[in-house]
Amino acid sequence: MFEQLIQLLISLIAIVAVASAFGALLGWTAIRFKLNGDPIVEKIDEILPQTQCGQCGHPGCRPYAEAIAKGEEINKCPPGGEAGIKALAELLGREVIPLNAELEEKETETVVIIREPDCIGCTKCIQACPVDAIVGTAKMMHTVILDDCTGCDLCIPPCPVDCIDVVPLETAAKDWQVPKPSDMIPVRMV
Amino acid sequence: MADYLLLFVATVLVNNFVLVKFLGLCPFLGVSTKVDAAVGMSFATTFVLTLASALSYLINEWLLVPLDLQFLQTLSFILIIAVVVQFTEMVMHKTAPVLHKVLGIFLPLITTNCAVLGVALLNINESHNFIESVIFGFAAAVGFSLVLVLFAGMRERIDVADVPVAFKGASIGLITAGLMSLAFMGFTGLI
Repeated sequence: MFEQLIQLLISLIAIVAVASAFGALLGWTAIRFKLNGDPIVEKIDEILPQTQCGQCGHPGCRPYAEAIAKGEEINKCPPGGEAGIKALAELLGREVIPLNAELEEKETETVVIIREPDCIGCTKCIQACPVDAIVGTAKMMHTVILDDCTGCDLCIPPCPVDCIDVVPLETAAKDWQVPKPSDMIPVRMV
Repeated sequence: MADYLLLFVATVLVNNFVLVKFLGLCPFLGVSTKVDAAVGMSFATTFVLTLASALSYLINEWLLVPLDLQFLQTLSFILIIAVVVQFTEMVMHKTAPVLHKVLGIFLPLITTNCAVLGVALLNINESHNFIESVIFGFAAAVGFSLVLVLFAGMRERIDVADVPVAFKGASIGLITAGLMSLAFMGFTGLI
């Protein structure tokens, strides 16, 4: 009886000692290899187009990157388009999926312009613009800095007088690209 | 030396853990859709298997046998494997975050990869010494990695092939695994 108790105690002490030693090792590892933020979020954030347009339902690109890292779908970024989805799928080892149908990718790049005679200077569009591409002040005419406009169209709904128009971005010589041949010749990607 | 080489070749090819002993089938089918992920998984498993094999031998020889506690073998080996996997996971999360993301749940699941516990227990069964244990663990991992990467390469090609609807996806994967297993039977007479 007594010997059995000793045997039981020895086994208990042995397993607890081994477990504590390993626990200490893991504790040291956790401190030594401490993570400063999630490194995967940085990589996702680099791929996202940084338009901060909010069409994905998040208040900017970085929050969306964090949501993707937690498992959200990768097809909610219209400015990134199909190329962005492919890059994300490549990085994360997920399937390439088409862009969310509610968020149609624009056929051509667009920007907005303000019809300046109609502007009443309410500043509402300035507050909506995620990239600070609209200049102007209260009761003064506003205007869009075309070079900074990302075409996210977030300024259109707040405008009380509907004086903001969407216009296609004119293709300059430096932006022009040869159309992809895949539209004409059926190419099978392998 | 020749004995060690023989043990290595025998474990990698003749007694391959996945295709002959049918251990570790979960990651074999789960992480074999992309070659990149398969290579990463191979390295992680090799590290874990070799280290767990050596550590479990040491714990068994120095702690369990002297104290006459062999009945705690399975418990302590599982503890060792869990710790080594957790260690690998933490180091990988810091040093290779993308690979960590790609492997996802399969990295912690190395803990339940029966090949790892299998190696530790077989070492005891076949009364290997320390060097033999390490070689056995490493060879088992090399065999696992070999078939995993080969299988991933095949599945990448099968993905774009014209497979009959009834065989699409996991079915053709399992059939391919079975054919590979048949092919590995060819090594039986090697040693």
